[in-house]
Amino acid sequence: MPLTSADFSAIWLTLQLASLTTVILLIVGTPIALWLAHTRSRLRGPIGAIVALPLVLPPTVIGFYLLLTMGPHGYVGQFTQFLGLGTLTFSFAGLVIGSVIYSMPFVVQPLQNAFTAIGPRLLEVAATLRANPWDTFFSVILPLARPGFITAAILGFAHTVGEFGVVLMIGGNIPEKTRVVSVQIYDHVEALEYAQAHWLAGAMVVFSFLVLLALYSSRKSQTSWS
Amino acid sequence: MTSQINLRLQHSYPGFSLDLDLQLPGKGVTALFGDSGSGKTTCLRCIAGLERATQAYVQINDEVWQDSQRDHFVPVHKRALGYIFQEASLFPHLSVRANLEFGLKRIARHERRVDLAHATELLGITHLLERAPNNLSGGERQRVGIARALLTSPKLLLMDEPLAALDNQRKREILPYLERLHAELDIPVLYVSHSQDEVARLADHIVLLREGKALASGPIGETLARLDLPLARGDDAGVVIGGQVCHYNLHYQLLTLQLPGSTQQLRVAHASLAVGQTLRVKVQARDISLSLVPGEHSSILNCLRVTVVSETAADNRAHVLVRLDADGTTLLARITRFSRDQLHLYPGQALWAQIKAVAVLA
Repeated sequence: MPLTSADFSAIWLTLQLASLTTVILLIVGTPIALWLAHTRSRLRGPIGAIVALPLVLPPTVIGFYLLLTMGPHGYVGQFTQFLGLGTLTFSFAGLVIGSVIYSMPFVVQPLQNAFTAIGPRLLEVAATLRANPWDTFFSVILPLARPGFITAAILGFAHTVGEFGVVLMIGGNIPEKTRVVSVQIYDHVEALEYAQAHWLAGAMVVFSFLVLLALYSSRKSQTSWS
Repeated sequence: MTSQINLRLQHSYPGFSLDLDLQLPGKGVTALFGDSGSGKTTCLRCIAGLERATQAYVQINDEVWQDSQRDHFVPVHKRALGYIFQEASLFPHLSVRANLEFGLKRIARHERRVDLAHATELLGITHLLERAPNNLSGGERQRVGIARALLTSPKLLLMDEPLAALDNQRKREILPYLERLHAELDIPVLYVSHSQDEVARLADHIVLLREGKALASGPIGETLARLDLPLARGDDAGVVIGGQVCHYNLHYQLLTLQLPGSTQQLRVAHASLAVGQTLRVKVQARDISLSLVPGEHSSILNCLRVTVVSETAADNRAHVLVRLDADGTTLLARITRFSRDQLHLYPGQALWAQIKAVAVLA
């Protein structure tokens, strides 16, 4: 048996984390992307830059600040303690929050591009045809931006699977709670279990390739309307 | 219940300000006419609520859509309007039928006054229903867009240069449909255009806009013939006359029209029409020449007894525009300053207007 039960639980945890993060990001990222695509506000630049920050910051920097704010002396930490929830650091919930922030640009940017491509005109048309804003979202924006949503979901999921630095900073390495695949590989290597590391690392390569293959092949068929 | 459109709009953004106070007829076609940048489109967008004018009062017959003094603003999707954009802007992910049903589905059954069959027949798109918008020509797309707007049974139709994106052939293809709309449906239309021909053909009332202000607003016949407006000075200047059919000569294919309230007649080359029907024609100022004696032995078909009302300078130094009265119908003639002096024109003078061509508008 090439993979141990510890490996499987790391894979399972990673899939749970990535799925939950993707769902949250699609829900949170859609209104942000809509706002960025259509606003004429002066805050558009700054908010866009903040959303994009995780693209350029080392994951350890994000992890470090999250550790401070969610820790017992941080604002978030004090609030969660006040609610009787303890602190979020070194917990699965903390990992989810960290992943949401870390993978945010990978979801928001494809969505924003998709919404910008639709443009304001069709939304105005929908309004003159009696569709309220929610109605317009579901009957015009969602179907027209579907390729953008697929790209956003795939990138958000894949990027969360691949995260390491943020997890290590705020999640540590607790089996079945915060030990995801990337950390598990690191552990194997530390313990000189290269064969074990190979199996997991190889699986990650195959997984990533398949994800990107799906993404790029679907892009080709997205030019049906212009 | 008032059949009137009341508009007070004040709206500005850097480099432009709109300041209008207009009372428009609550039926028929009203043209908003002006150069680009005169505020036509902004005016239409403010009426629709696509843009929220800072200070505004928008009343369409018995409904108030915006009253900024009471902080009253009806959102676009709750206004019973149809908006035709310059490009048809059909939903690319929906078939023609689904595009048409988009608005129809969203209004209550008891408010539907136009049904799918009627609208598609009116615009000649019945055979296109199952097609995708991508496979339509520009003219077909625009007709679908118009039908889609009609199907929401609007109380006001706003058309923003619906023909501007089309070539001349497509324009000729759509204009008859617009005229049928005008004739068959009792929906007031605000029609934005910078084409004097379209306006002359379709509009009953015209608002002349320049730099966000209304230079004039009035019935099309009177307004086009006003010498104090820039309309009269341009090369396209002319008047629109609604003549009543009184005779048809089958042999020569000529239709005789009687000028309103007069015994004088105009003859135009046209297919036969029933006696008593009204035909709209445009007489261009440059197609009229003036003479002190009735023109005989000439190929010119139409010669009317007129009196000189007034004159004004044209857009170049060689020409003048003369306003003429033919038993109550106003005509404009564009003649050279030289000819004016040769004829010694003076107000009240009786002479003959020879009309080289009469353009049939509808």
